[in-house]
Amino acid sequence: MRGMGDTRATDDAISIDGLEKSFGTTKALDGLDLRVASGEVHGFMGPNGSGKSTAIRVLLGLLRADAGTVELLGGDPWREAAALHRRLAYVPGDVNLWPNLSGGEVIDLLGRLRGGLNEHRRTSLLERFELDPTKKGRTYSKGNRQKVALVAALSSDAELLILDEPTSGLDPLMEAVFQECIGEVKNEGRTVLLSSHILAEVESLCDRVSIIRAGRTVESGTLADLRHLTRTSVLSETTRNPVGLDEIGGIHDLVVEGSRIHFEVDTASLGAALAKLGEFGIETLTSQPPTLEELFLRHYGDKIDNTNDPEEAQTR
Amino acid sequence: MSPFTGTGTLFRFFWRRDRFGLIWWTVGVVMLYWSQAVSVDALYATQAEFDIAATSMQNNAALIAMAGPARVLNTVGGQVAWQASAFGAVVAGLMSMFLIGRHTRAEEESGREELLRSGVVGRYAPLAAAVTVVSSANILLGLCVTASLVGYGLPFAGSGALGVGLTLAGMVFMSVALLAAQLTEGVRAMYGITGAVIGVSYLLRGIGDIGNGVASWLSPIGWGQAMRAYAGEVWWPALIPVVAIGVLVGLALKVLGRRDIGAGLWPPRPGPARAGAGMQGAFGLAWRLQRGALIGWSLGVFLMGIAYGSIGDSVGDLIGDSKTASQMIARAGGDLVDSFYSTTGLMMALIATGFAISSALRLRGEETAGRVEALLATSLPRWRWIASHTLITLLGTVVVVGLGGLGTGAAYAVVSGDGSQLLRLTGATLVHVPAVLVVAALTLVVVALAPRIAIAAWLALVFCLVVMMFGAILQLPGWVIDASPFSHTPLLPSEPMAWAPVLVLSLTAGALALVGFVGLRRRDIN
Repeated sequence: MRGMGDTRATDDAISIDGLEKSFGTTKALDGLDLRVASGEVHGFMGPNGSGKSTAIRVLLGLLRADAGTVELLGGDPWREAAALHRRLAYVPGDVNLWPNLSGGEVIDLLGRLRGGLNEHRRTSLLERFELDPTKKGRTYSKGNRQKVALVAALSSDAELLILDEPTSGLDPLMEAVFQECIGEVKNEGRTVLLSSHILAEVESLCDRVSIIRAGRTVESGTLADLRHLTRTSVLSETTRNPVGLDEIGGIHDLVVEGSRIHFEVDTASLGAALAKLGEFGIETLTSQPPTLEELFLRHYGDKIDNTNDPEEAQTR
Repeated sequence: MSPFTGTGTLFRFFWRRDRFGLIWWTVGVVMLYWSQAVSVDALYATQAEFDIAATSMQNNAALIAMAGPARVLNTVGGQVAWQASAFGAVVAGLMSMFLIGRHTRAEEESGREELLRSGVVGRYAPLAAAVTVVSSANILLGLCVTASLVGYGLPFAGSGALGVGLTLAGMVFMSVALLAAQLTEGVRAMYGITGAVIGVSYLLRGIGDIGNGVASWLSPIGWGQAMRAYAGEVWWPALIPVVAIGVLVGLALKVLGRRDIGAGLWPPRPGPARAGAGMQGAFGLAWRLQRGALIGWSLGVFLMGIAYGSIGDSVGDLIGDSKTASQMIARAGGDLVDSFYSTTGLMMALIATGFAISSALRLRGEETAGRVEALLATSLPRWRWIASHTLITLLGTVVVVGLGGLGTGAAYAVVSGDGSQLLRLTGATLVHVPAVLVVAALTLVVVALAPRIAIAAWLALVFCLVVMMFGAILQLPGWVIDASPFSHTPLLPSEPMAWAPVLVLSLTAGALALVGFVGLRRRDIN
């Protein structure tokens, strides 16, 4: 992982190496690596409490790193926080508003503090998110508080957006609006770090994904890269009853019921498995590509055991 | 299901949440009363000495305005009742206010009440449980005070009257807080209303005790003092707070029965769709967040100043018939009215310290509420965020203290017909600003270096109050008295101006603020 980004270090919007951060005796980050190239939408995934928000707070200069190097837009986020923040916009995971300030006031205030906001965008976003800017912070629902933060962030021209589970309170219609907006941001060539545990969202928006667990990066790459690590599920009917597939390495959960066959196959063995299947005359074939759900399960679930994460092995 | 279902369970739950806090409140209040008895006994070697001291005290208008009507001050019991009863009632009132706020409006504001009320819990159960807990706490306070004084050897009847007066005063303020909690949407506004009622009660009895006594009958603190502990107890005034508690709690129940959860008396109004020109950045936001509190404190201290200013003439009358006292004061070379105003100036400065501490704690409050993250993720440098609130604390302190002096000066100028008093008394009060700022800066240091216990900054105010009011009586060692910044400020107008201590205090405040500033810039923001 570490060697991978060196050649294009100057292009990286975010570059974190071996980041550690402890709160008392709890180790929140334990050697985290993260690289986000300029212009990409990067999914930052992990279960609750895996350290996503802590990492983001370090990136924002709110927390000081205990060890490791952190570079944000080519600068040090702790020492140059304010200057770097001119170039980014942030949506916190837990949006807390001032009870007496209206949503519109908060949007303007955050915009002014960032050095101005795009008026045209502000108006159109309020409309698209169906947000009433005259309500007071105290009276907004969770989803509407999130919309306030989203409108404030998206109406900026910032080159980097850091979004911490920005859609956890949004309804599906608003979620769709959000995805549209991120698509536009991407087309403008801006960079997005999207922390999320909603897989469908990451799958449809992100170019690359980093998965963290217990404060450490366990997987990072393009979705295609990561799919190599997972299995394709194959369901087929053949003319003759298939035999001998279990001799091919990389096939799991094989079930043969007469001419019906179902199995999971490691991506590396997919070609061999289909060639073998072809010998029996394929009549129907359904295959499902690996989903992020499976990637996720591989790291946190108990379905797939051949993990190489020592910590996970210990807890079993 | 009755509307009170679940009260018992909630009572046990609230009690569990409060138990440690209650121990500290109780120990503090018992110490307040008990330490008076011990120190008075130790102070005077003979009864003759005691009699002389008592004579000078009962003619000191400033002390009467601060403590209460002077009765049998040449007895230990009389001294305890005089020195402790007003402050005891204020402390019981503050305890009741914070406990009620914590269990009612704060819970609603945070949304936790919704979770509770979704269970098998009647509409009135949380309120009833809160009332029961806070009433029990006040009864406990009263019992402990009575027991400690009887244990010390003071007469039973007087100690009982003090305990009952304390309990009932606490419960009246509890009822006020309960009603206020039904009217406001936010817990801060509820504290503001209740705090104002406690302040006005304290002020009214001061005015009454110096004047003809009528105003004292309008004050819950005065009701307890009207029971004449150790001075021929009178028990019927205890009925007044009982009726008041009944009426206020009944009203609170009535409002609660009609309103929606989370709502106040007034429906929320829509705010502006755009931020005004005033909200240009960190300072605009800090001003917007703190202006309500600043206006409240300013108004309170200003009214207090007017009250003190308008009774300046009665100060002389008090002493008119006591030749011994006027001779004593004449010998000390002081002017009665001037010495009265040096004390009231100090008193108002200590109250303004309440504003300064709460204002300095605002930084921490914003942090724990999780509202700082989004701010500091903009190009707002952290130092400017700190500076914005600190500047409000600084300017606000000058305004609050200054308005106290202005109120005193203006009212006394009118009463005495001497226009020069306006500026003279304003200046005399403003001299305390550096001492207040030392405490404010200390609060900033605590916020920066020990954020988890930031609330402990209030102990600095308690310490300064104890030193100012009881330092001499308790015979505290010199270094303890010197630890209070207020001990170094010249007591204008009765003492001459001394620039050196004022300058040193200002520099101390500046240095502490710098430590806090640097510390807060360097630490993690949660």
